Amino acid sequence: MESVQSDVAIVGAGGAGLRAAIALAQSDPKLRIALISKVYPMRSHTCAAEGGAAGVIKPDDSLEHHFNDTVGGGDWLCDQDAVDYLVQEAPKELIQLEHWGCPWSREPDGSVAVRPFGGMKKQRTWFAADKSGFHILHTLFQTSLQFASIERFDEYYVTELLVHEGRCAGVVAIEMRSGQMRRFDARALIIAGGGAGRMFPFTTNGAIKTGDGMALAYRAGVALKDMEFVQYHPTGLPSTGTLLTEACRGEGGVLLNKNGRRFLQDYGMGPETPLGKPVFKTMELGPRDRVSQAFWQEQKKGNMMPTQWGDAMLLDMRHLGEKTINERLPLVRDMSISYMGVDPVTDPVPVRPVVHYMMGGIDTDTRAATRLPGLFAAGECACVSINGANRLGSNSLTELLVFGRRAALSALEYVKAGAAPVNEGARAALATAAQGRLRELMQRSGSGETVAGLRKEMMQTMEQNAGIYRTSEGLTEACAKLSELRRRYARIELHDKTNVYNTDLLQALELGSMLDCAEAVTQSALARQESRGAHQRLDFTARDDVKFLRHSLALYAQNEPPRIDYRDVVITRSQPGVRDYSGGGGK
Amino acid sequence: MAEEMNGKPYVRPITSEWIFRHPRYLRYMTREFSCLFIGGYTLLLIAGLKSLSEGRAAYDAFLEALKSPASIVFQVVALAFAAYHSVTWFALTPKALPLQLGEEFVSDGAISGAHYVVWAVLSLGIWVLAGAF
Amino acid sequence: MGERQVELEVLRYNPETDREPHFQRYSVACREEWVVLDALNHVKETLDPTLSYRWSCHMAVCGSCGMMVNGEPKLACKTFLRNYHGVIRVEPLRHFPIERDLVTVIDDFVAKLTRVKPYLIPKEPKSVEAGEYRQTPAQLKRYKQFTLCINCMLCYAACPEYGLIPDYLGPAALSLAHRYNQDSRDGGRGERQEELASKEGVWECSFVGACSEVCPEHVDPAAAIQQVKIRSTLDWYQEHLMPWLKK
Repeated sequence: MESVQSDVAIVGAGGAGLRAAIALAQSDPKLRIALISKVYPMRSHTCAAEGGAAGVIKPDDSLEHHFNDTVGGGDWLCDQDAVDYLVQEAPKELIQLEHWGCPWSREPDGSVAVRPFGGMKKQRTWFAADKSGFHILHTLFQTSLQFASIERFDEYYVTELLVHEGRCAGVVAIEMRSGQMRRFDARALIIAGGGAGRMFPFTTNGAIKTGDGMALAYRAGVALKDMEFVQYHPTGLPSTGTLLTEACRGEGGVLLNKNGRRFLQDYGMGPETPLGKPVFKTMELGPRDRVSQAFWQEQKKGNMMPTQWGDAMLLDMRHLGEKTINERLPLVRDMSISYMGVDPVTDPVPVRPVVHYMMGGIDTDTRAATRLPGLFAAGECACVSINGANRLGSNSLTELLVFGRRAALSALEYVKAGAAPVNEGARAALATAAQGRLRELMQRSGSGETVAGLRKEMMQTMEQNAGIYRTSEGLTEACAKLSELRRRYARIELHDKTNVYNTDLLQALELGSMLDCAEAVTQSALARQESRGAHQRLDFTARDDVKFLRHSLALYAQNEPPRIDYRDVVITRSQPGVRDYSGGGGK
Repeated sequence: MAEEMNGKPYVRPITSEWIFRHPRYLRYMTREFSCLFIGGYTLLLIAGLKSLSEGRAAYDAFLEALKSPASIVFQVVALAFAAYHSVTWFALTPKALPLQLGEEFVSDGAISGAHYVVWAVLSLGIWVLAGAF
Repeated sequence: MGERQVELEVLRYNPETDREPHFQRYSVACREEWVVLDALNHVKETLDPTLSYRWSCHMAVCGSCGMMVNGEPKLACKTFLRNYHGVIRVEPLRHFPIERDLVTVIDDFVAKLTRVKPYLIPKEPKSVEAGEYRQTPAQLKRYKQFTLCINCMLCYAACPEYGLIPDYLGPAALSLAHRYNQDSRDGGRGERQEELASKEGVWECSFVGACSEVCPEHVDPAAAIQQVKIRSTLDWYQEHLMPWLKK
């Protein structure tokens, strides 16, 4: 098998992966960097983020405010040392992007403009109209093109990590265009593989968000942390799940039930605020978990609008006027017209909560390091625990920049510390074994288990049992079903046995990743007998700080369900309190 | 089996059918084709100048030749192509010469419109010089 | 909740089994509101798992699913079945080699994009500590539309010049270079000019304008290219007729 030598290899070339690659290239021009991605970098899902990135920049704001909003928004499940690092580094990273050419929206005086976002006490969300993620991704991608030391391997799907004697020594990957396997030797590895929203049928996530990075680390023995916390974004188009950014509400859009009532006031997020004058941290600027939960409650009461795609609420932006909508929310308007046939300038848009983001992921510390020496992770695939039980909108773009860079610096430190390389024989043996497993999958036949069939069953299970509200019964059923699906997956049969750009194979591998992640979600959710942030149990409705002010850690156990372990949350100065979004301004 | 496969990416041949694939390509080719007539008319003007330099008789003969049916047909067709070329060209000027005043760009219509105005004024000037009025 | 039987004719090619591409017909029960991509996904899930194509975001921003639909370059995720009657013919993007089925080889574009230096070359370098560059909304608007390119390459499939002269840098790469040239923070025009004003650069463009017509993001590459031509012409006059103005 051909091998590629590098000092640091990065798996995933979205926002976090590109940020890490640039940081490495700038730190040491002699470093050999392999940037491996299953898609071309500009296809990465960072491009779909709309609203913006949070970072303290205006004089009336402070790092302390950002810290408190984030920790409270995360229902105190955030590691506070990590949050401190995030809020400190955020403005620097956003200015750095500005220096690289990101077309941030501006104030008349030429300074960057910021907008309000859910759960934030001040305006601190930097934005580029409503294509912030797109511009961040392309700015990073284009900036990366100037560094010859970043060698890209586009459309390579990583199947396994090379782990020998307790250290990570690289990966093996399939080159999609040839179907050939390559071994990537690296002295340090950064995983930046994105989230896993595709395990649910109704999601804002693109087809590529299949949890591959999470599964790689998980199978190599690194825990998946806090996987039960799955964020539902309140406002997706019911037809396709397409995201309408929270900035719709930040700019002043309101949510109505079928009777035209701004129902959030009935769920602890009132009193009602004046139309077109959003108030921080209340009503439509409440956090995503609370707003999505309020939708579910209203739906139970029969207050939602039936549509051909299921019940929906109405997002009313008419009072913003055509000019504001065109300037600040052009994509939202375009999507609403294209996919729903509704123009937000003239009509309220039907929306409903949609799976959006994984708060959980690969267990990392504030250095973006995992417990496996030589392995680092950043972005949505990682859980450094700045998001806790519920991420605040516009913290994730910031996170992938701050911790993308952090992962690079830590990886560089690790490389410079000079651990002896894993010997060639051991690498070759690991790679050959991986190749054997792939060959076996390609050649297997006779079971009739298909990618599409198993995937559908997985999605249904997740939707029915691991949604906004969960029960012991439903989760138990989901856990059993996922065990069954994983057993059946071991016999899965490909229809396509050719080598060049075999998407049947690619989707089978992605399904394997999703099944592992899904099981970590449901097992962690079943074990967490409390309601916190995005994890709401109908049978344990209160937050339980005595038993569960802890991170859950799902540890891979081959054919068995994962073992669930716990670790204390890092609390430095903010003791768990009440999340107050009742218009008092919160904490 | 071995002969039945290509083994590498397939490169589709380019044929001239692209011109007819969409009206835009036909419009484009018409615009490009119009230059032949504009060029032809330019040659005609040069021939006229030459005849003028050769004296009254030669120039009268040239003017007479212009009145032949073939010449009239050519001039009408050339005029049509020249008009098409000008209209399409003016339609493209806002792309090539965008004008930003303050934050907003001047509308496309204003920029092509300004070109039409300049065209009209210049034409009028030439007519005046030629003693048409 | 209307359903409709849609006939898809998809160009298939597998280099391991085919000498050349051929069309395959699929009859799919589609919902009225579906896009072409939904129909392809339905084919892949229920009829033919071997069909290969790229896609991800389903919201016209990742740029993966460019393909020819009835001869026009389109994003499959934003091409609605309701606008088509009869057989819908789906082919890989024109002017690119076919890797497999609807998947094309795009190395050429990526290499050209890299050549035009599509990144900020600062006019005045500034440290992060010194804060952001000031840029007024008017200065932003000057280049903003050219930032919207999603690299979907529909413009390359529409451009006959690119088809006929494969060395041509092409609409997306040129307009992204122009995007940085137009940015008030940038001072790299001179460096980019070597590529832009070269034989393979803007002068290959004969202003067909197809790139701008097919662009799903309403970027206007044709405009960018003509603007670069004008600037390059001015450069030439300045250099040859007014050399004393240089530097």
